[in-house]
Amino acid sequence: MIAAHLPILQVAVPLLGAPLCTLSRSSRVAWALALALCGWAFLASLALLLRALNEGPFSYALGSWAAPWGIEYRVDVLSSSVALLVSALAAVVTLYARDSVEQELDGDRIPLFYTAYLLCLAGLLGITLTGDVFNLFVFLEISSLSTYTLIALGRDRRALTAAYQYLIMGTVGATFVLIGVGLMYLTTGTLNMADLAARLPLAEPNRTVRVAFAFLTVGICLKLALFPLHLWLPDAYTFAPSAVTALLASTATKVAVYMLLRFFYTVFGPSFSFHEMALGWVLLPFALVAIFSMSLVAIFQGQVKRMLAYSSVAQIGYIILGVAMGTATGLTASLLHLFNHALMKGTLFLALGCVAYRVGSTRLEAMAGLARQMPWTMAAFVVGGLSLIGVPLTAGFVSKWYLLLAAIERGWWPVAVLVIAASLMALVYIWRVVEAAYLQSPSAATARVVEAPATLLIPTWLLATANLYFGIDGTRTAAIAGEAAASLLGVVP
Amino acid sequence: MQLLGHYNYWIFVLLMMTGFYVVISTTNLVKKIVGLNIFQTSVFILYISMGKIIGGTPPILLESDRPLLYSNPLPHVLILTAIVVGVATTALGLALVVRIKEAYGTVEEDEIRRLDDDL
Repeated sequence: MIAAHLPILQVAVPLLGAPLCTLSRSSRVAWALALALCGWAFLASLALLLRALNEGPFSYALGSWAAPWGIEYRVDVLSSSVALLVSALAAVVTLYARDSVEQELDGDRIPLFYTAYLLCLAGLLGITLTGDVFNLFVFLEISSLSTYTLIALGRDRRALTAAYQYLIMGTVGATFVLIGVGLMYLTTGTLNMADLAARLPLAEPNRTVRVAFAFLTVGICLKLALFPLHLWLPDAYTFAPSAVTALLASTATKVAVYMLLRFFYTVFGPSFSFHEMALGWVLLPFALVAIFSMSLVAIFQGQVKRMLAYSSVAQIGYIILGVAMGTATGLTASLLHLFNHALMKGTLFLALGCVAYRVGSTRLEAMAGLARQMPWTMAAFVVGGLSLIGVPLTAGFVSKWYLLLAAIERGWWPVAVLVIAASLMALVYIWRVVEAAYLQSPSAATARVVEAPATLLIPTWLLATANLYFGIDGTRTAAIAGEAAASLLGVVP
Repeated sequence: MQLLGHYNYWIFVLLMMTGFYVVISTTNLVKKIVGLNIFQTSVFILYISMGKIIGGTPPILLESDRPLLYSNPLPHVLILTAIVVGVATTALGLALVVRIKEAYGTVEEDEIRRLDDDL
C-alpha cells in the first residue's frame, strides 16, 4: 500500500517534518526528528532504486491525474540512485550535525537549522524524482532558499555576505531556468518531460527552442558552479557551518548536474543537444579551464576549507568533462565521479569539521602537528585526500580511470594527459595539509587539543570507509552508472 | 507591424535587461534586491503573454456563435507559483540585508569589502 506511494512520500515526509522541527523548540528533539526522517528517506530511496533496477522505470501520477495533464513522478535508475546518494549523505551528515551544530550555532536557532535542513533535503529529492519541468523549478527554489538560510547561519559575519551573494546569483540562475521552461511551454504547450521529449523534435528546429536550451544551460550551470559561473561557491562553502558545507558539497551541486543531464538527454535528446547545439564543444573548454585554473588556485589557499571549495569547482569540471565527451563511457565516468566525489568531499569536509570543532580554525597554520593530537580525524582526511587525488584502492581512482578510458576512446589524448596532470595538482594541495599535520611540530595552541568525540568521528569514518569500499569493489557502482548512462542515451542495455 | 504586434515580448526583454543591469551595476544591497525583483517580474509578463492567443477559444460547447474572450489559465496559475517564490526570495534577501547592516553598519558592497579586508 505505502510502497506504491513511495515516490511522493519520499518528498512529502521531509517537507511535512520541517515545520515540526520548528514547533519542537528543542534542539535535541529537532535533531532526532531530522535524523529519523533522513533515515526514512534513505530507506525509501533504496527501495525505489531496487525496484527500478528490477522492474525498470516506473511513474507515479500525483493525485491520480494521468501524465501529460497531471504532475508525474518518474523513477528510473538515474533518478533513484541520485536520490539514494542525497538521502544517504544527508543521513550521515545529520548524525554528525548534533554536536557540530550545537557548538557552532546559538541554541534557539538549532530547531530552525533542522527545519531549513529538511526543506533543503525535500527540495533536492523532489528535483531528482519529478517528471515535470515546472515542478522541478519549484523544488529548485525550495532547496535554494533553504540553502541560503543554512549558509547565513555561519558564525563569521562574512557568512551573511556569502549567503547574499549566492542568493543573487542563485535567483538569477533559477529565473533563467524559469524562462527556459516558459519558452519550451510556448513551443509545445506541455510541461511533462516525456511529453516534451516527444513534441520538441516535431516542432521545426526554431529559435525559440534554441533560446530555451541556452537559458536552461546557463541557469543550471550557475547552480552547479561550472567555471566561470562559480563565483558564489568558495565563499559559501568557506563560511557556512561545517555540517552545511559537507551537505552542500556532496549533494546540492550533484543534483544540479542531474538536472543538467535530465534536460540535455531526456528532454532535448542527445542528438539535438550534442549535434545541433554542439554542446560538447561548448562545455569542453569550460570544464578544462575549471579543472586547471581551480586546482591551481586551490594550491595557494591558506584556509583549508576554501582550498577544498576551489577543489570542488575543479572536480565539477571533471564531471562536466565526462558529459562533454557525449559518449556512453564518458557519461558513465561522469555519473561515477558524481557519486564518488560526493563521498570524498563529504569525508574531507566532515574531517575538517572535526578540526574546526576542536581547534576552532581550519587555517593551514592552525593544523600544524595535528596528526599527533587527532590521529583518527587526520587519517580520515588522508583517506578522503587520496580518493580526491585518485590513488588506486580508493573511490576516486575508479572514476578517474573511467574518465581516462573515455578520453582515450574518443582519441582525445591531450585531455587524458591533462586529467593526469590535474590529479598531480590535487596531490600538491592535499600534501600541503598532510605536511602541516604530520611533519610539522604542533604550535602552542594545538598542543593541548584532544581527539574529536566519537559522535563526530563515526560519521566521518562511515564516509571514509565508503571511499575505500567503493574503491576496492567498484563493480556495483559502475554497473549502476553504466545502466543509467545507457538509459539516458536511449540505448537498451 | 509584426515587431509592434509583439510589444509585450519587447517589454519583457526591456524589463529583464533593466533588472539584470541593476543587479550587476549597483553596489547598494537593497537596490540589488529591487533589480532582482524587476528581473523576476519581467518573467511574469512572458508567462501571462503566452496564455493569450488572439481568436483562441476554450474547449467548451456554447449556445451562441458569439466569440468568447479566452486566455489559457495554466500559465497564470504557473506564474502565481513563481510570484510566491519571488516574494519569498525578496523577503529572505531583505532579511539578509538587515543582518548585514547589523553586522557591518553599512549596505554598500565596496565598504563591506573594505571592512572585511581589514580583518
